[in-house]
Amino acid sequence: MSIRERLSGNEATAIAMKQINPDVVAAFPITPSTEIPQYFSTYVDNGEVDTEFVAVESEHSAMSACIGAEAAGARAMTATSANGLEYMWEMVQIASSMRLPIVMALVNRAISGPLNIHSDHSDAMAVRDSGWIMLFSETNQEAYDNMIMAHRIAEHKDVNLPLMVCQDGFITSHSIENIELFEDEEVKKFIGTYKPEHYLLNRKNPISMGPMDLQAYLFEHKRQQWEAMKNAKKVILDVSEEFEKLTGRKYELFEEYKMEDAEYVIVCMNSTAGTVKNVIDRLRTEGVKAGLIKIRVFRPFPGEEIAKTLLHAKAVAILDKTPILNLTGGPLFEDITSAMYTSNVTVPTINYSYGIGGRDVTEMQIESVYRDLQTLKNNENPYRFLGLKTK
Amino acid sequence: MKDLIEIRWHGRGGQGAKTASLLLADAAFNTGKYIQGFPEYGPERMGAPMTAYNRISTTPIRVHSNVYNPDYVVVVDDTLLSAVDVTAGLKEDGAIIINTTKGIEEIKPLLKGYKGSVYTIDARKISEEALGKYFPNTPMLAAIVKVTEIMPDADFVEDMKGSFKHKFSKKPEVIDGNMKAIEIALKEVKKVQ
Repeated sequence: MSIRERLSGNEATAIAMKQINPDVVAAFPITPSTEIPQYFSTYVDNGEVDTEFVAVESEHSAMSACIGAEAAGARAMTATSANGLEYMWEMVQIASSMRLPIVMALVNRAISGPLNIHSDHSDAMAVRDSGWIMLFSETNQEAYDNMIMAHRIAEHKDVNLPLMVCQDGFITSHSIENIELFEDEEVKKFIGTYKPEHYLLNRKNPISMGPMDLQAYLFEHKRQQWEAMKNAKKVILDVSEEFEKLTGRKYELFEEYKMEDAEYVIVCMNSTAGTVKNVIDRLRTEGVKAGLIKIRVFRPFPGEEIAKTLLHAKAVAILDKTPILNLTGGPLFEDITSAMYTSNVTVPTINYSYGIGGRDVTEMQIESVYRDLQTLKNNENPYRFLGLKTK
Repeated sequence: MKDLIEIRWHGRGGQGAKTASLLLADAAFNTGKYIQGFPEYGPERMGAPMTAYNRISTTPIRVHSNVYNPDYVVVVDDTLLSAVDVTAGLKEDGAIIINTTKGIEEIKPLLKGYKGSVYTIDARKISEEALGKYFPNTPMLAAIVKVTEIMPDADFVEDMKGSFKHKFSKKPEVIDGNMKAIEIALKEVKKVQ
């Protein structure tokens, strides 16, 4: 039986963590993810979980503690945002190269500076090639569902990679919305017990983890990480299918909304997708064939699959919720256009930087993107700004 | 009630507008609706103008932006009338509810020609009478429920009993006062335009 509730994205994430009941949670508070370890520490205090809660002195230590715990054979989790993630950066790479399926809640916020506590994806984008699986969530429901699926994906024997579940700071993390929750027992059953193949506290098979790895084998080990990332695609789909059987909620690598006959397509991630869906429904009543691709799985990137869905589009707009300072396009734009090129999909494609530092993303802005797409001429300036004040 | 109503709250930091918007979301949720309740976070300071929002709908809510064309506006502090454009985008078939002791002739010039309904309530008097302290958010919450008719008064009162029991589990002595504030506010909110 599912439980009808109303929760913020942070509350939903904390409840997912309570139901997961990990062995170790190590975290340092940072807005807007602070509430997650805050609520979770209450569960620890009340005895609702038997987790070892490590109140570390920094995010670097939070990730280090998770690495130590996970290497020992425990299930470890953390939560952070923006500069907290940047401060962990060194250990983020080590977690994935040691093949430790740590799960992190990343509440997306603009990286300083100047100081800004509001949402954009610059934090996630700065670790996009760190070897972590990255799932994005439109709503509190998706943040919760992705978290429930996270360990099954990360801990799968063909994967063994850390995983982060992203959601937009404040927009979903602090907004109360309807949600359907699992019963605790159902989560327990779905996730199962963590049985790592190799771990430090296994007296029968003593091993060393994270040793020096020079010319002889580092390359091969990186190739193995690549294989694991490749395997993750199938595992994500399998776990999502099993999840759908339980809940009726369907998750794939990306969501297609009104894409069957779409001529004008927006690609985006997280909370903006809901706003785009509203605009699509309105434009469709005017006869505009508008569609949306919402990325759920950003790493591993489903480039080939996305390129295929864009084959019959007339024009595509890729929305990057991050400042684009390289003059070659945002991360999502680069990934998709590169996949389109290698898949021989040639459709005029433009890129918008938008929603920076919590700039509100309105239906009017999204509608203007579809209007731009309808009048787009090939090779027109692909690099644009949406919702930027020009006066 | 319409299929979707959108509400904007104007208050000052510390007056509880955010809490009121979350309690309103709670109450509407308990009637089976789809809801959103979220504050627009800025640099949070006591006394600084702040905004919070609600959406209440009969169908799932997908939009994730602030509310620009509210059906209702709640003004928790009447000094905001001259500081903030409280009627911006407010629908003419909607209403504005203001915590004030002033009459319509004094308020009207501050509403920039707004032609829709105007309600007032003296939340200070109610709060001080019921709670002995000035917490305007509880009377304002009752006022918006009354004006929007999202649920019958009796259901709302019953629902708030549960909410307050939960919210004030560590200071149960304020529950009765808050319930009293709600009951008075439901009676005292009045249409002045």
